[in-house]
Amino acid sequence: MINWFKYSAPSTFYPLAGKLIPVFWTLAALLGAIGLYISFFVAPTDAQQGEGYRIIFIHVPASWMSMFIYCIMAFWSLLGLTFNTRLSGMMTRALAPTGALFAFLSLWTGALWGKPMWGAWWVWDARLTSELILFFLYIGFMALQAAIDDPRRADRAGALLSLVGVVNVPIIYFSVKWWNTLHQGASVSLTKSPSMATTMLWGMLTMALAFWAYTIAVALMRARTIMLEREGNTEWVQHLPDVKEAA
Amino acid sequence: MQWNNASEFFAMGGYGFYVWGSFGLCALAMIAEPLLVCQRRNRAIKQIQNQLN
Repeated sequence: MINWFKYSAPSTFYPLAGKLIPVFWTLAALLGAIGLYISFFVAPTDAQQGEGYRIIFIHVPASWMSMFIYCIMAFWSLLGLTFNTRLSGMMTRALAPTGALFAFLSLWTGALWGKPMWGAWWVWDARLTSELILFFLYIGFMALQAAIDDPRRADRAGALLSLVGVVNVPIIYFSVKWWNTLHQGASVSLTKSPSMATTMLWGMLTMALAFWAYTIAVALMRARTIMLEREGNTEWVQHLPDVKEAA
Repeated sequence: MQWNNASEFFAMGGYGFYVWGSFGLCALAMIAEPLLVCQRRNRAIKQIQNQLN
């Protein structure tokens, strides 16, 4: 069995993450290139929305990521509060800005899609409003972390906030079922076959995987940076080749 | 493929502004974020080096 606690120590996690980052950047670039190719050259023109529907290829993956990332933050927070490991707080912190970015991109691409199709950049619809709340939760998390000087206390406070806030994720997901929304229902769900052309679906899934790889790569980079910032006075950081080399 | 030439591709059937506005900002953000992280990393490394010297 793998000793997971071993990898939860920043000193072992740091070099491991360093090896993984280029792998995930390569994956992100490859999947992104394939996904963009499908989005613009393979997927057919939509019967109702013409070429305007192509926004779906980033809108849906960005929205998924904004929700997934929050769930992963909540997962790390739970681990952090249970086992009191340093890594959990660092990972939660490393994911938050990327999650906020995807929530913002989801709203932004949604506005640019809503304007030509619905005639409005924004409506106070349950789906849109709950996604906006998710964006505010990310911003709130980052503000809270920045406001508390002691990193360990900031981690615990942030962990509580992300665990309480995770209740918003199912609300976003089911909002189109629970309420009458202008936003369309799910085109892809776990329970029934997707209501869209296969090539469109593949384009969307490839883009979603590319966003996953991107998220992992950038979050690992940020986690490593946070380790350097927090543990700069420890032996293991001072003996890192990264720190010694550039001197 | 549904495009006959480049200008048709960029026009996106009249939705060019919306489609490129979405993809453009997305690309920009996903290039800027890793660069900002790199910058932050270099700052952190420099700070540790200053401590050591």
